[in-house]
Amino acid sequence: MTRNLLTLASALALLATPAAADTLKIGMVTTLSGPGAGLGIDIRDGFALAVEHAGGKLGGQDTQVIEADDQQKPDVAVGLANRMVERDRVQVVTGVVWSNLALAMLPTLAGGQTFFISPNAGPSQLAGAQCNPYFFNAAYQNDQIHEAVGKHVQDEGFKKVYLMAPNYPAGKDGLAGFKRYYKGAVVGEVYTQVGQLDYAAELAQLKAAAPDAVYVFYPGGMGINFIKQYEQAGLKGAVPLFGPGFSFDQDILAAVGESALGVKNSAQWSPDLDNAANKKFVADFKAKYGRIPSMYAAQGYDTALLIDTAVKAVGGNLKDKDKLRAALASAKLQSLRGEVAFNTNHYPIHNIYLREVVTGADGAVTNKTVATVFTNHADAYVKDCAMK
Amino acid sequence: MDALLLVEQGLNGLQLGVMLFLMAAGLTLVFGIMDLINLAHGTFYMVGAYLTAALVPVLDSFPLALAAAVLLTALLGLVVEAVALRTLYRRDHLDQVLATFGLILFFNELVKIVFGPVPIFLNPPAALAGTVDLFGLKYPAFRLAILAVGIAVAVFLWLLIARTRVGMLIRAGATNREMVMALGVDVRRLFGLVFALGCGLAGLAGAMAGPVLAVQVGMGEQILILTFVVIVIGGIGSIRGALAGALLVGMVDTLGRALLPAAFRLVMDAANASAAGAALASMAIYVLMAVVLAIRPKGLFPAH
Repeated sequence: MTRNLLTLASALALLATPAAADTLKIGMVTTLSGPGAGLGIDIRDGFALAVEHAGGKLGGQDTQVIEADDQQKPDVAVGLANRMVERDRVQVVTGVVWSNLALAMLPTLAGGQTFFISPNAGPSQLAGAQCNPYFFNAAYQNDQIHEAVGKHVQDEGFKKVYLMAPNYPAGKDGLAGFKRYYKGAVVGEVYTQVGQLDYAAELAQLKAAAPDAVYVFYPGGMGINFIKQYEQAGLKGAVPLFGPGFSFDQDILAAVGESALGVKNSAQWSPDLDNAANKKFVADFKAKYGRIPSMYAAQGYDTALLIDTAVKAVGGNLKDKDKLRAALASAKLQSLRGEVAFNTNHYPIHNIYLREVVTGADGAVTNKTVATVFTNHADAYVKDCAMK
Repeated sequence: MDALLLVEQGLNGLQLGVMLFLMAAGLTLVFGIMDLINLAHGTFYMVGAYLTAALVPVLDSFPLALAAAVLLTALLGLVVEAVALRTLYRRDHLDQVLATFGLILFFNELVKIVFGPVPIFLNPPAALAGTVDLFGLKYPAFRLAILAVGIAVAVFLWLLIARTRVGMLIRAGATNREMVMALGVDVRRLFGLVFALGCGLAGLAGAMAGPVLAVQVGMGEQILILTFVVIVIGGIGSIRGALAGALLVGMVDTLGRALLPAAFRLVMDAANASAAGAALASMAIYVLMAVVLAIRPKGLFPAH
């Protein structure tokens, strides 16, 4: 009897060990409820499409994605990071939308030797002095997107620009990024409340300052509020409006429609980028989810591609963290935006494009690429990162 | 800052105040007369905005869509009152807060399932999309429409409450509910009516706010906090208080945002002035609330 049990136990052990090593477990901790849910849902759906395209096996390994809703709250996100490390024992956590949540989650994940691959949040801290061997960013460093519009506005010869952003770290980083390349006069720099609804007071001040261009960073619902009110105040035709892609992406365009037509904005990706992978992605995303993918959806997809590339490179060996890290860092990612390489701070070196809001062939308002502002652009903080 | 700009900012403050009044009137009625803390008031505001957005393409007319959305929101209010809230009147406020918070979660999820997670499209009707010239001041036409609707609602509520039998019962209910019940008034029907009226007003606020703001899941909670500030300042249960509180909050918030950064610029450099001004402007209405409560603990026009 004892021997039988032992045999059974060893047989089970034999069965169990390889299975555990083979399964790639990914924690998808993202924002699935509340006003910010549109972004998290797009990241999740883009990621899921990439897993589906890979036949359910990223890097040739059985892939299990464990979803969790961080509710856009740092404390909830940290709790979920703990759960992913301690209970679900995932090898990779991704999904994070917001920079403040990424900063809060990283100590837990890095402490648990779990790779943290951001599909969106790219705070300057984690690109510079606080860069981390376990943190990667598959999307961008926040400032890069703003820098591109700064350069464009400078090149176009605008002399008096009015700047507006929400009063929080990413807002200040955004305007700092814009001013890194824009050298003309700033006739107003206004920080508004996070989540502000009404911009009538600020728009009146803006009109009085008579700028010749306006640059705003308003993601999500704030962007919708602002764009609608900018047009209603009669400013749309009068003063050209510029912004980063976050303020004029698909999540916002669906809600403001033609109010945003003609606005130039910047991003590392656009639905019309001309490569086979992107065409397939856009067509399949529309077919599966019934909407045009946003940049967040593309970033979710690219994050899955990065994991796929790295896991393939290590031959499915997820135990050796150093090898996996080296594979992630040296990946030549064949992404939806062409080939992307990673800098020593684990942030991408990539092109940033200028896009224009247009009416697409099917009548839907969307973005069209009009120029490449930066080619193989690295972020401004890499010099402060100790990793070499 | 010149006089014209100051006038425009004053108008902006007035308009924001009127917008808040549309929300606050319904909330204060329900709170004051039924003694029900309805956290889900913002939910009906969201429903009003979504229904208007959904009905504009179908009916091809903004006013018709608005009217239909207000009616449907009021009907939804009747149903929710009968199904979920009727049993809560005798429970304490904490139970009501929990239950109506549950309603928020339920309706947010329902709207997400029906309309999707991405904010949806709603613009002003073409006739009100542009600006109107007011003595050299170009002002958004739709904001003037909000102002007009708000004033009309204030007059309507005044007539309803001061001049009709229902209004008399509402006033009596707010002052002494037990006595009204003892006199044989069908309080259950009165409460259903008041709740539906409150929901209709919230729906109207949502329909009027939709073209100016993002129509998205969770939009109700963003404005709910401001609305509670308004009714606390105005005095719970009083329509007059709601109007005064809303106009005060609208003015203080708008003028704070407009003037404080400029004021700080006199004593410090531009970047710090903007940050300090923005920080203080975001506190201004709460400071106002604290001051009002310190002087008049029951608000400006208490109903009880």
